[in-house]
Amino acid sequence: MREKLNKGFAQMFKNGVIMDVTNTEQAKIAEDAGACAVMALERVPSDIRAMGGVARMSDPGMIEAIMAAVSIPVMAKSRIGHLAEARILEALGVDFIDESEVLTPADDEAHIDKKSFSVPFVCGARDLGEALRRIQEGASMIRTKGEAGTGNVVEAVRHLKTVNRQLAELAGMDTAALSEKAQEYRVTPELVRQVRDLGRLPVVTFVAGGIATPADAALMMMLGSEGCFVGSGIFKSQNPARTARAVVEAVINWQDPKRLVEISRGLGEPMRGLEIKTLETAMASRGI
Amino acid sequence: MRDCIVGILALQGAVQDHEAPFARLGVQTIQVRHREELERVDGLVIPGGESTVMGRFLHDYGLIKPIKARIREGMPVWGLCAGAIVLCQEVDGGPGCLGLLPARARRNAYGRQLSSFEEEVDTAVGPFPGIFIRAPRLEPLGDTEAMGWRRDQQSSTHRGDAVLLRNGKVLAASFHPELSGDDRLHAYFMTLFS
Repeated sequence: MREKLNKGFAQMFKNGVIMDVTNTEQAKIAEDAGACAVMALERVPSDIRAMGGVARMSDPGMIEAIMAAVSIPVMAKSRIGHLAEARILEALGVDFIDESEVLTPADDEAHIDKKSFSVPFVCGARDLGEALRRIQEGASMIRTKGEAGTGNVVEAVRHLKTVNRQLAELAGMDTAALSEKAQEYRVTPELVRQVRDLGRLPVVTFVAGGIATPADAALMMMLGSEGCFVGSGIFKSQNPARTARAVVEAVINWQDPKRLVEISRGLGEPMRGLEIKTLETAMASRGI
Repeated sequence: MRDCIVGILALQGAVQDHEAPFARLGVQTIQVRHREELERVDGLVIPGGESTVMGRFLHDYGLIKPIKARIREGMPVWGLCAGAIVLCQEVDGGPGCLGLLPARARRNAYGRQLSSFEEEVDTAVGPFPGIFIRAPRLEPLGDTEAMGWRRDQQSSTHRGDAVLLRNGKVLAASFHPELSGDDRLHAYFMTLFS
C-alpha cells in the first residue's frame, strides 16, 4: 500500500552517505559531516566480528535516543527473518529497517514478508536473483552485502558488478528466456520482465560492506551505485569527523579526480581492514 | 524556453528524478555542484533529499552568495521538500539557508516516514497527486502567494495547508511531483523563464 511513499523515500537518500552510529555523539558527528541518514546499532560490524556470539536488534532505548538527537532519518537493523524485531522497530517509529546479514539470522529458510509492513525495508544482495527476491518480498531499497566490518571493498565491488552484469544479460532476452531466469531467480516472470524493460533495479541501489575511504566511495559511484552505506569505516578510523565528511564529499565529487585529491589528503589512518580469506564468518553468505 | 538550461543542484538527493520530466518537456538539464556549473544555467531546481546536507555544502562550496545574486537578478528557482526548506526565510524559528522566499518552514512537521502520505491536492495547474515524504509544513509570509493547498477534510469551503508557494520567480513545493509521473508542475516552472 505504501509502496510509492517508501520507494520514493529511498530516492531521497540518493547521492548520499548513510553512516553506522552507536550513540548520540556519533549520530551528531555523522549529521554534521553531511550524512543523509544514520543507522543506529549497538556495535559496528567490525566489533560484532571481534565479539562473536549472537548479534541481535539493538536496545530500543538506544535507537530512540538517536532518533531524538538528530533531525535526519534514522534506520535500524533487524535479524533476517525476525518478524518480531521488525515489528518492534516499526512500532518504535524508525524511518527504515535494514533486514541485515550483519546480525545473526533468525530464520535460515525465509526472509521477512516486508509487504505486510508500513515501514520501508532495505535488504542486502550479492546478485540479481537475491535482489529480486528481496524486492518481491517488499524491499524498498537494495544494497550490496559486501563483507561488513572488513574495511575491504572487494566483495562489495563483486556484488555490484555481478548485479550490473546480470542486468545487462536480461536486456536481450525473449519471453522464454525470461521465464527461465524467473525460475532460476525464484521470482515472478512479471518482475523479471519489468526489470528487463527498465534496464535497472526498480528500487534505489546503494553499496555497503567494506567501504573505508573516500576513494572507496568514489569507486562505488563510478561502478554505478546511487550512494553508500559506511559502517565501521567511519568510527574505526583515526579521525571519524574528517573521514565522515571526506566520504560524503567523495560521493558528491566522484567524477572530479582533482577534487578527490584534496578530499583524500591528510585524513590519518583509515580503519585497519581484514583480508577476506582470513575471515571466520562470511556475513555475506547469510540469507537465501 | 527550449533553449534554457535548467540546473539541478546535485549535492545530495533525488537529482536524477528531475531529468526525465524536463527531458519530456524538451528542456536540457545539467547537474550543479560548484560555481562554474551554476554560471551555465538559466534556472535552478533544488531537489528533495536532506536539507541539512544541502545547506552544509551550499555553504562550504561558496554557492550561497552566487545563487542569491542570480535569484535577485531574476533566475527562476524551484525548491522541492528539502529544497523548499533551503529557500525559506524562516526554518523552525531560525533563519533559513538561502532565506530568499518569504515563508516559514517547519521541518518534518507531519512526522517521520510512517506518517508520510499520499493525497490529491489542489494547485494552480489543477488537482495534482501529492506525494508527501517526511514533508515540511510551509506557510507563506509577506507577498508570497500560495499556489496549491491540501484539502480541508472538515470543510469544502476552507483550504488546508499551503503546499505550493510562489514569490516572483521563486517556487517552493512541500511534495514530490517528480515521483508522480505528472509533468504539469515542471511545465509550470518553465513558464517562469519568459
